Amino acid sequence: MSKKKKNAAIEEEVYVKPLIKRRKPNRSIGGDIALYIFLVLVACIMAFPIVYAVSAALKPLDELFKFPPRVFAQHPTMDNFSDLFVTMGKSWVTFSRYLFNTAFITFVGTAGHLIVASMGAFVLAKYEFPGNQTFFKIVTVAMMFTGYVTQIPNYMLLNKLGWIDTYWAIIIPAFASPMGFFLMKQFMEGLPTSLIEAAKIDGANEWLVFRRIVMPNVKPAWMTLIIFSVQGLWNNRASTFIYSEEKKTLVFALQQIQAGGIARTGQGAAVLVVVMIVPIAIFIFSESQILETMASSGLKD
Amino acid sequence: MREFFQKYFIMRKHDAKVAVKKMKRSKMCYLFLAPYAVIFAMFFVYPVVASIYYSFTYYNILSKPRFLGLQNYVSLILEDEIFLTSIKNTLMIAIFTGPLGYIMSFIFAWLINELPRWVRSVAVVVFYAPSIAGNCYVIFSVFFRGDAYGYVNAFLMNIGIIDAPILWLINPVYMLPICMVVILWMSLGTGFLSFVAGLQGIDGSQYEAGSRDGVKNRWQELWYITLPNMKPMLMFGAVMSITQAFGVCDVTMALCGYPSTDYAARTIVTHLFDYGFSRFEMGYACAIATILFLMMILCNKAIQSLLRRVGT
Repeated sequence: MSKKKKNAAIEEEVYVKPLIKRRKPNRSIGGDIALYIFLVLVACIMAFPIVYAVSAALKPLDELFKFPPRVFAQHPTMDNFSDLFVTMGKSWVTFSRYLFNTAFITFVGTAGHLIVASMGAFVLAKYEFPGNQTFFKIVTVAMMFTGYVTQIPNYMLLNKLGWIDTYWAIIIPAFASPMGFFLMKQFMEGLPTSLIEAAKIDGANEWLVFRRIVMPNVKPAWMTLIIFSVQGLWNNRASTFIYSEEKKTLVFALQQIQAGGIARTGQGAAVLVVVMIVPIAIFIFSESQILETMASSGLKD
Repeated sequence: MREFFQKYFIMRKHDAKVAVKKMKRSKMCYLFLAPYAVIFAMFFVYPVVASIYYSFTYYNILSKPRFLGLQNYVSLILEDEIFLTSIKNTLMIAIFTGPLGYIMSFIFAWLINELPRWVRSVAVVVFYAPSIAGNCYVIFSVFFRGDAYGYVNAFLMNIGIIDAPILWLINPVYMLPICMVVILWMSLGTGFLSFVAGLQGIDGSQYEAGSRDGVKNRWQELWYITLPNMKPMLMFGAVMSITQAFGVCDVTMALCGYPSTDYAARTIVTHLFDYGFSRFEMGYACAIATILFLMMILCNKAIQSLLRRVGT
């Protein structure tokens, strides 16, 4: 009896939350305050252009050209956005078509990238076979140069395949983005091998292991792949590979409006917001999962 | 000598047999990897090889490629003054924004790391947002407008530093610095995320142990404990920022125009676009791409061997 009581007492001692959080070692209060002030200042500078862009989109026309300018809109309206819809509605290719193009490219490209890259990453992370190290090294080298380097031969290749001026010219290359593959592989290496072995003993084949065991366990990495892929595809103007107007993406159309000069200032500001809101929103919703994945992003050698 | 070779070949043969056997056993693995490997080879490996091949030819898509030897490279370096300008600009941007952006990413990730949890996740969004905000950087063309109503001009005239508006985006003197500022603003990208995540993963007890062992202030802590722990992320971040720094073109094209005045804001990638998609001199454009490719790979390798020494 007394022993039990003692145990309980010890447990209580262990689980009691410290009222005052112990300060980390090697920190001076003065240094902390100075660094935080610095951090806040820089954060303001970083955020200013974006805040300005958003408030510009909410300004009515007379305020947009007001001088000296105000950062925040005095009488916020949604006029610019409704004007934007009117302009889009008058365009030769309907707004819904542009939206469909972007949605289709983004969705198919992202889904395909997710499936294709995680299939490859799975075997590379969890199985030993001749050539797996070499292949991974080639993929890491591919991260070291920008897509611009490969754009011209890509154009010729797509031309030979007859994919120029189709959605596939944007979608299929997006499947193989080395960045997503790399992150997926690094994250999958953190999965316990025993999990896979246990499933195998129960008689599951590789495909089942992949679908039922591995994929549900790497959901944070999905989100990361999704945001990188969506970011790339959503912002893809597709202007080199697709030339018919009815297959162009929304961002391309919006930026055409933006290029309309001084008369379109208000709508241009609205366009900026529409274009940037999607990637930022996805990032905000999936931040913790993305950070979890990025923790294993290190490049070891 | 012959015996040695015979033995050597027998050994090689044996190795090859073992490898083939292993490959047969892991058929499943190849099947899984195949879709990715095929697309990757098509759109990332083949283009690099093809670009090196075409760089030795004259090719305009319509007629067959005609072999030129080193002619493209010779005229790039000896005759094309605009290319030299573009190399100079790209290197200036890369040398300035690459390291600075990289250090900024690390420092802010490090400062953010000590904030309480909620503040930290807001701070990450604030710092990361510029790099994913689409073409939000065109807002800078409003700030730096060339007339007296441009905000920067108006501000500087009000406080009396200048007495006439400056053509920020048309005067070659100011173009590059402004582009650099904008690129720096956008430079807290993927590497920054990797740093934030990596810093959160460092075991806190190491700091306690460090302070017992005589680490006196946060700078020593940074050098002796944090940086060695962060090495893999530092490598990854370096790859990201080098790739970004050499691939600059969107910002310069949007702010300074394409082509820009006096080609003062022309980068290698813009030059590549010009020859590839405006003039359709594919061979010449491929030579530019090959040079860019070599620059990026070499720079990456050099930086990686430098980073291996961090914290040792």
